[in-house]
Amino acid sequence: MNPFSSGTRLRDMIRAIRACKTAAEERGVVRKECAAIRAAVSENDQEYRHRNLAKLMFIHMLGYPTHFGQMECLKLIASAGFPEKRIGYLGLMLLLDERQEVLMLVTNSLKQDLNHTNQYIVGLALCALGNICSAEMARDLAPEVERLLQFRDPNIRKKAALCSIRIIKKVPDLAENFTNPAASLLKEKHHGVLITGLQLCTDLCKASEEALEYFRKKCTEGVVKVLKDIANSPYAPEYDISGITDPFLHIRLLRFLRILGQGDADASDCMNDILAQVATKTESNKNAGNAILYECVETIMSIEDNSGLRVLAINILGRFLSNRDNNIRYVALNMLMKAITVDTQAVQRHRATILECVKDSDASIRKRALELVFLLVNDSNVKPLTKELIEYLEVSDQEFKGDLTAKICSIVEKFSTDKIWYIDQMLKVLSEAGNFVKDEVWHALIVVISNASNLHGYTVRSLCKAVQTSGEQESLVRVAVWCIGEYGEMLVNSTGMLDIEEPITVTESDAVDVIEIAIKRHTSDLTTRAMCLSALLKLSSRFPACSQRIKDIIIQYKGSLVLELQQRSIEFNSIIEKHHNIRSLLVERMPVLDEATYNGRRAGSLPGTASASNGAALNLPNGVAKPPAAPLVDLLDLSSDDVPTPSPSGGDFLQDLLGVDLSPASSQSGTIQAQKSGTDVLLDLLSIGTPPARSSSSTSDILSSIQDNKTSSGTLERLSSPSALSAQSSSPAGGSPIMDLLDGFAPNLATQENNGPSYPSIVAFESSSLKLMFNFSKSPGNPQATTIQATFTNKSTNIFTDFIFQAAVPKFLQLHLDPASSNTLPASGNESITQDLRVTNSQHGKKSLVMRIRIAYKANSKDVLEEGQINNFPRGL
Amino acid sequence: IHFVLLISRQGKVRLTKWYSPYSQKERAKVIRELSGLILTRGPKLCNFVEWRGLKVVYKRYASLYFCMCINQGDNELEVLEIIHHFVEILDRYFGSVCELDLIFNFHKAYYILDELLIAGELQESSKKTVARLIAAQDSLVEAAKEQASSISNMIAQAAK
Repeated sequence: MNPFSSGTRLRDMIRAIRACKTAAEERGVVRKECAAIRAAVSENDQEYRHRNLAKLMFIHMLGYPTHFGQMECLKLIASAGFPEKRIGYLGLMLLLDERQEVLMLVTNSLKQDLNHTNQYIVGLALCALGNICSAEMARDLAPEVERLLQFRDPNIRKKAALCSIRIIKKVPDLAENFTNPAASLLKEKHHGVLITGLQLCTDLCKASEEALEYFRKKCTEGVVKVLKDIANSPYAPEYDISGITDPFLHIRLLRFLRILGQGDADASDCMNDILAQVATKTESNKNAGNAILYECVETIMSIEDNSGLRVLAINILGRFLSNRDNNIRYVALNMLMKAITVDTQAVQRHRATILECVKDSDASIRKRALELVFLLVNDSNVKPLTKELIEYLEVSDQEFKGDLTAKICSIVEKFSTDKIWYIDQMLKVLSEAGNFVKDEVWHALIVVISNASNLHGYTVRSLCKAVQTSGEQESLVRVAVWCIGEYGEMLVNSTGMLDIEEPITVTESDAVDVIEIAIKRHTSDLTTRAMCLSALLKLSSRFPACSQRIKDIIIQYKGSLVLELQQRSIEFNSIIEKHHNIRSLLVERMPVLDEATYNGRRAGSLPGTASASNGAALNLPNGVAKPPAAPLVDLLDLSSDDVPTPSPSGGDFLQDLLGVDLSPASSQSGTIQAQKSGTDVLLDLLSIGTPPARSSSSTSDILSSIQDNKTSSGTLERLSSPSALSAQSSSPAGGSPIMDLLDGFAPNLATQENNGPSYPSIVAFESSSLKLMFNFSKSPGNPQATTIQATFTNKSTNIFTDFIFQAAVPKFLQLHLDPASSNTLPASGNESITQDLRVTNSQHGKKSLVMRIRIAYKANSKDVLEEGQINNFPRGL
Repeated sequence: IHFVLLISRQGKVRLTKWYSPYSQKERAKVIRELSGLILTRGPKLCNFVEWRGLKVVYKRYASLYFCMCINQGDNELEVLEIIHHFVEILDRYFGSVCELDLIFNFHKAYYILDELLIAGELQESSKKTVARLIAAQDSLVEAAKEQASSISNMIAQAAK
């Protein structure tokens, strides 16, 4: 006899494990037991097999690995006796799950047991099959289960019904086989069979439209009658729960009726009376009654409209909401969320109560209530609701602040009617819970601020005030730092004062103080510090008096261990020291950020992608005589043509703009980055000291074309993705007219059809002062290539000098620009400039041309910049 | 119902039953997460916890937390009733059940649960029926044991 198998009994083992004082001791006992069981397994010990399996189950429950016991289960199941089978099936259900291949081996035993003469063994097999069967087993054993739906003993029928649910969940095609037998279960009297039969029918309806139709026709009246009987039945001790006969059956009947009534007026009509009866007559002082009422309300809300019933249902919910029991209030909130689509007005009436629930001490209730409030917000109540929520934000729990701020922010974004309100609310949120705000939120705020040119002064002053009191809120600090960098002079001069504002006096050095405090705060992370450095660089040109002090601060980071900061510090320092002549140009205010592009990017953003490693955006070749003499701000985002994968995340956006390398994660995202766009390449080419360029033909072309145009020293600013349609201009003159004009023109022009091999000319771009025509020609042998002759005409009365045209195209296009005929454009359309563009469309026939352009010139010795997107190219180019 | 968990106040697992596929690793993680979530909740709060887009309905009986995980759209109040139903059946079977009963007779608790739920759906609303079925199966086991021991007695006697 095996010396191990005579080991301890199950009870003794459990005792021994419980007696363990430490985890290590417990592991020791378990290890010893497992060793004994393994030995018994390899000895193929029969006598103690079931005891060993029971032990294994206990060990399994403690979280130890027990895979070596899986085969033992199969052996026990295959043995003849009931006790062995019972424990074997239990082990099977506990130790295995449907994804293990061992499970396939049990199919045959199951099949035999399903046909066994002992009904308890049949029951065991059904139970196991119902709990763990896989799709293959479902297919193999479905006929057996179907047959057992008509077994003489109701206890087998009910098990077979639940087993069928599992089968049709695994293999929905089998649904039709079960429809008929399931319908006959609904005629039974046995509650267990009824409950499981209803459940099966409900699931069949979900799996198959035909089954639903069938049940609707054949069973609606019968089910209504069953519900009537059970609702009116006298006291039945076997099924009674706090005065109600079988609430479980009630609930399943109501649930099935809901499915039958949804979208079918006749069926809904049929059940009106009984629903009204259940809704009015059910006792609501116990949980069981409330569970039925809750289900009944849901059914009333889902079936076809009956206003009387709906009023009844809403009243029940109102009662629930004022209940003292937290469970009841929770389900009321839950149900009101569904009711809101049916009857918003009725739910709005409870707004005050719901708002109170947001402040409840119970996290589950708070969360529900907050979601509900979110759905309740509309244009008329957004301001008071936001006010309430923000006030509550001040006192709420730490762990709730995250959810709460996210919801407030999305409410504010969604419903903001005026920018000042939006900015005000966001500043409040940031000051209160800035550390909980997601990056996208403050990025979006910056975009809005940038677009609200009349509020720049107001915003920067409010931020400056806020940051004094809430300097520990990181995202507030970031926004403040960015704004001070951009609009620092407005802070000092108090430009753009609004009536509502209290005047404040801030000196230049105060403004620098704010940033210095931010950069030195020990909690500030890399992003914040990097933003601070950029802001300081900008301020050094805005506040020449503070230049030396700023330089001193920047120099301190020369030795920073963080590469990003160190690099910036050195670069910025050299800009301040050696490049006075270009500094003011270099740190010009950022162009207005394009909201449409930003939102588009946000929508298409992939979570988790990190920013581009383009920290060297403002990289300057020390002493090399080829400085980019203008802000090289955001890049050509050419990647967002129809390639879905590399869409950059919203998070990139500002980092791109600011040249911030956000986080260490960027190294992990290198692969994403590599395919992301050629934008980095452009930067790399323009800046020295960054890693070698990854070659990308399209951008290289652009670059070369730019150089052809002798514009490498020109401003290379944002050329946004082609998906953004609106043109934008950072020039103070005529930004919005251009947009309007383009909007007006684009549709008309787009409708022009071409009826021959020659393509019509188009007006590619027109503003109040400038018109650009495109003439197309194709060389016969090469359909992919198109030569475009661009003709520029000056509509104004001023002569344009230093005229430079630039264009960018998505990756599937290649663009080559020939030199322009001149860089001076005489006034009033007297003469024009022509320039040839050669475009090769690698997706010829599939995609049309699309192009972003920007035109820079001097009029009246003022710099003017115009931009636009051309997407009215004739088809087939 | 996606799964049933019985956790003691100390966070020890007393019974787990999985009706949706979770791998062993996931199971351990789920148990850890949920015991952290549920055991810390105060006594007066509601019995529902939202978790990974699902809901966990729990109820405390003495030192044990009975937890069941359901879909968003399911009836939470009914699940509370099911938990209570289960507890009452256990109580009847063991005769005023306590945690120790469930530890030493964990397999019996599983048998009872299997008579109550299959595939995560309620099977029987009558406590009496469940009790009867369990008793019948227990007596089958007893009969088999007696038979086995009488056979071994006979063998032993024959061997003398």
